[in-house]
Amino acid sequence: MSTGTTPATAPAARTGPGGDSGAGTGALRVWFRDLAMGARFAFTGGRQGWTRTLLTGVGVGLGVALLLISTALPSALAARTDRGDARSWLGSPTAEHPGQDTLLIARAAQSYRGKDIEGVLVEAEGPDAPVPPGLTQVPGPGELAVSPALKRLLDSPDGALLRERLDGRITQTVGDAGLTGPAELLFYSGRSGLRPAVEGFSRVERITAFAYERQTEKLGPVLVLLVVLTFVALLLPVAVFIAAAVRFGGERRDRRLAALRLVGADSRMVRRIAAGEALAGSLAGLVLGAGFFVLARSVVGGFDIQQRSVFPADLDPAPWLAALVAVAVPAAAVGVTLFALRGVVIEPLGVVRTAKPARRRLWWRLLVPLAGLGLLVPLTGRGDDGGEFNRWQVTAGVALLLVGITALLPWLLERLVGRMGGGPVSWQLAVRRLQVNTAGAARLVNGIAVAVAGAIALQMLFSGVEDDYTKDTGQDPGRAAVSILIGDDAQDDLDQLARQVAGYEGITGAVPLRSVQAAHTAPAEDGLIDVTIGSCAALREVALLDSCKDGDAFLATGSDDRARTYGGTAAPGDKLFAGNVRGYEKAVAPVPFTVPAELPRVASRPDPVGALRAGLLLTPSVAPADTGGYGSRQIFVMAEDTDGDGLERARTAAYKASPLSTAMTLAQTKRDAGYSTVRIGLFFGATAVLVLIGTSLLVSQVEQLRERRALLSSLVAFGTPRSTLSLSVLWQTALPVGVGMALAAVFGVGLGVVLMRMAAAPVRIDWGPVAALTGVGAGVVALVTALSLPPLLRMARPDGLRTE
Amino acid sequence: MTHAPAGSLLAATGLHKAYGPTKALDGADFSVHPGEVVAVMGPSGSGKSTLLHCLAGIVPPDSGSVTYAGRELTAMSDAERSALRRTEFGFVFQFGQLVPELTCVENVALPLRLAGVRRKEAEHTALAWMEKLQVEDLAGQRPGEVSGGQGQRVAVARSLVTGPRVLFADEPTGALDSLNGELVMQLLTEAARSTNAAVVLVTHETRVAAWSDREIVVRDGRSRDMERAI
Amino acid sequence: MSIGHTLLGLLEAGPRHGYDLKRAFDEKFGHDRPLAYGQVYSTMSRLLKNGLVEVDGIEPGGGPERKRYAITDAGVTDVETWLSQPEKPEPYLQSTLYTKVVLALLTGRSAQDLLDGQRAEHLRLMRILTTRKRKGDLADQLVCDHALFHLEADLRWLELAAARLDQLAKEVRR
Repeated sequence: MSTGTTPATAPAARTGPGGDSGAGTGALRVWFRDLAMGARFAFTGGRQGWTRTLLTGVGVGLGVALLLISTALPSALAARTDRGDARSWLGSPTAEHPGQDTLLIARAAQSYRGKDIEGVLVEAEGPDAPVPPGLTQVPGPGELAVSPALKRLLDSPDGALLRERLDGRITQTVGDAGLTGPAELLFYSGRSGLRPAVEGFSRVERITAFAYERQTEKLGPVLVLLVVLTFVALLLPVAVFIAAAVRFGGERRDRRLAALRLVGADSRMVRRIAAGEALAGSLAGLVLGAGFFVLARSVVGGFDIQQRSVFPADLDPAPWLAALVAVAVPAAAVGVTLFALRGVVIEPLGVVRTAKPARRRLWWRLLVPLAGLGLLVPLTGRGDDGGEFNRWQVTAGVALLLVGITALLPWLLERLVGRMGGGPVSWQLAVRRLQVNTAGAARLVNGIAVAVAGAIALQMLFSGVEDDYTKDTGQDPGRAAVSILIGDDAQDDLDQLARQVAGYEGITGAVPLRSVQAAHTAPAEDGLIDVTIGSCAALREVALLDSCKDGDAFLATGSDDRARTYGGTAAPGDKLFAGNVRGYEKAVAPVPFTVPAELPRVASRPDPVGALRAGLLLTPSVAPADTGGYGSRQIFVMAEDTDGDGLERARTAAYKASPLSTAMTLAQTKRDAGYSTVRIGLFFGATAVLVLIGTSLLVSQVEQLRERRALLSSLVAFGTPRSTLSLSVLWQTALPVGVGMALAAVFGVGLGVVLMRMAAAPVRIDWGPVAALTGVGAGVVALVTALSLPPLLRMARPDGLRTE
Repeated sequence: MTHAPAGSLLAATGLHKAYGPTKALDGADFSVHPGEVVAVMGPSGSGKSTLLHCLAGIVPPDSGSVTYAGRELTAMSDAERSALRRTEFGFVFQFGQLVPELTCVENVALPLRLAGVRRKEAEHTALAWMEKLQVEDLAGQRPGEVSGGQGQRVAVARSLVTGPRVLFADEPTGALDSLNGELVMQLLTEAARSTNAAVVLVTHETRVAAWSDREIVVRDGRSRDMERAI
Repeated sequence: MSIGHTLLGLLEAGPRHGYDLKRAFDEKFGHDRPLAYGQVYSTMSRLLKNGLVEVDGIEPGGGPERKRYAITDAGVTDVETWLSQPEKPEPYLQSTLYTKVVLALLTGRSAQDLLDGQRAEHLRLMRILTTRKRKGDLADQLVCDHALFHLEADLRWLELAAARLDQLAKEVRR
């Protein structure tokens, strides 16, 4: 890159150090000259020169790519949300009556082999009906419009069963404008005869436009906390890493600088040359980083994490953020280099590290995290509804607390290692080395410690607020795999349908239940009574029955809550009306029936979905006749295998009976989807950061080994077993990492507690994740040690003696 | 010249060793008796150091045999040779041999510790040897804080601390001035003679070689025993 | 330095006139001290008498300077013995050693062997000096050191000469 400046700078360099005492422009020129010379060294310093530059470039590049992705993520998520909003009809203008521009629409989400498929039923009532985004026209009856990913699924052998369910003619492919991500599974099914909502009773709506007015939502305080913390915890280690990456090969560079001093460069000049070298490395890193980012962007479309995918085009960093990265990274490279050389005197005959740095002082090191704590503590309890955090205060507080680790770690390590001695030779070698170079060891671990501490705090905050996001559904997957709620427009007979479902392979049972409401008068005046109708076997799912035969009736005690809500009670022999007892629709008449004289009281038990039913339980022969679509019809499906073909066939049967049917897969707990996305994002982010830092650890480890090649060879010569050398390398990394992880655990838990207080969540420390995360950090170290063993063994050969 | 002379402690015959296309040794012979100091001389690049590495079992030769006390080195495993180097041999190199982070006494004690001697005991023995080499005052200092001559004497102390039967010295005075070189050689040969150890001394300096009892010359990978040639 | 051996060595390459011998000697070894013709004449007479050379022919025009000399087998043996016999190590040997190296190359003998032999001879003395130094008092040490350094200087010069043999051989044979 500097070839153009070479002829100009080389003679200028020869004019010697006297040149930099000039005026402003002169000084600038001197700076430029020296930086350019350094840059030239970076690229022309022979094989070793450019491999080191490449190493720095790749390291910085990875960091830059991670930075760019992080800065692009918010806009990518915003773009997703925007398109999701654009096709939503929540809050769309509705019409009372059919018109030229009205569209009947209903959601019919499906699930297939554990995948969620978004489904929308549409029926245009006039030529001007609004067209959903991404479509060219509203699908006509029997027609299907599917997303590309769904089309692929339907065309694949894997999707054969789904094709049976979505058997319409595929006439359109949903365009990108109508999708949140490239891997989204979505269909629009054209229908006829949809019944629009009357007094909010049906899921079908009549709309005139797709327009969702999005209120600029203020992020909840806890969410702000999470977002800020995630960014600080992920980006801080990246910054630490970039700082380490520009120091790759530092020792060798220092030696070359000494040679430059010998031929007449002054100490300021060599510093500038060193900065120029770092600058060149970081510029190479920027270019590589941009390349990595483009690469990541192009492959991101193929990724599908938990059914969430991102369009490459959405992953666009904000220009000012990208510009900031482009300026900050080289500036940081120069800054870090100059800072690192501050304790180094480069003499013509070699590099002198300022002998014995002053004993590390504790007070200012403690000040950093304490300042962070001071910023955070006043915010305690604000996470309650309506509270608000000052974003900058939170950011600064968290950042200071985490940076505090990097301040305390060298001190702690020095204290700890300073007192160590005894133990086997490998231990002694490692400890002594650490005593001499505490700072270097701490620098390596800083990044990992910060990342782990941040991740622990995040993890705690997550588990603290987990209760808000994870609900105990009360469902019992052991009793039924799927609960099908038949759409109210279904014409089929419930029992018939249940028998059909029960006949599928792998299905062990299908229990149909009807429930309707009944009242003493129609329209109801004195409260409603729940009526559950089913065979004895079905009724046993909702109540504890000693004996039961067709013709029996029971009164379930249920829970007091429900009885109070509806208020109605029934006595033996009462004449009741069932079905349309509220008088919504005049066309359907309530159905009269008589409560049998025998009406034993029985205790309710929760049905498979967890509902505790009360009211009348009737066997078919004493039940009221067809209630004309009023009430609900439900089938509990039991299966051998929760992801077998039988269940998919059952879902298909339900969809065929009515596309408005819902087939709910029963699960013990339900976790909010958004919450798990953040958690997954955190996991991947933390992993990426740790891998990155592990890479830098490995590079500096190998670098250090190369420096000590001759020593290693002579140690092997006089009979040091290789295992001793390997162990000493292990101790040498394990010790600082152990200290770093301990500190990270303390800080992470501390920060976590503070954050939970702030979020007003109950403080509870779950040691599992703490152990897991510190374990991952330790694992990275173990991996790095393992990977540095082959070069160690290669270098600890007598060939090293020959080079002298 | 092709058979090990009777009574020799360490002997090699017909050693060949090539590093890539470069023939470092091309049929070299060698022998040393207990208590004998043999100088290995020759121009640089002649294969002196390679000969020493082969004799010490650091590098296996491509062909030829090395026998130490009747045992064939080339037939031993790497672990066995390492153990031999640890217990029977001592080494002094030109530089780069002291662990910079360890104190001098820890450096001297290192071979004993590797052989399993307890730390206190090892450092006690180490101090005794440092006294013999007149560097006991440096016990607590790090190699970076002592002069080249002192460091080299520390290295000699380390090479002798296990009471080796063969001491290998590769240009032990190469980085030293005359006075320090003299001192190191005097102390080294005296210490070796007092323990009846054999010394293999690789050097290109005749004044250093003058401390030996006998010299062999290595040229183009072949050895020449001057005593027997004349 | 033995002029007789040197002249013999020069003759080994082929018969020469007395005047040619003087010229060759001056060119290769005389440097600042050319050989007097009388010295050549007396030396050649002695060699003739000892049977180490013989008169190969006489140029027309007469005069002793016109005689052409050739080396005899006994003469070759004499040169051989002289070359393979290391010089007694003593200071300021360089002219003799140099003459020997040049003659060895000139007559196709191994200069390496000559150097190795000389080194061994030097070392023998140096060992004695080293031993005396080790056992002696300060005065002994200083005296021995002086000798040792001079002997070492000779050898180092020899080593250098050995390293430059190829180059030297080309120049000598020209």
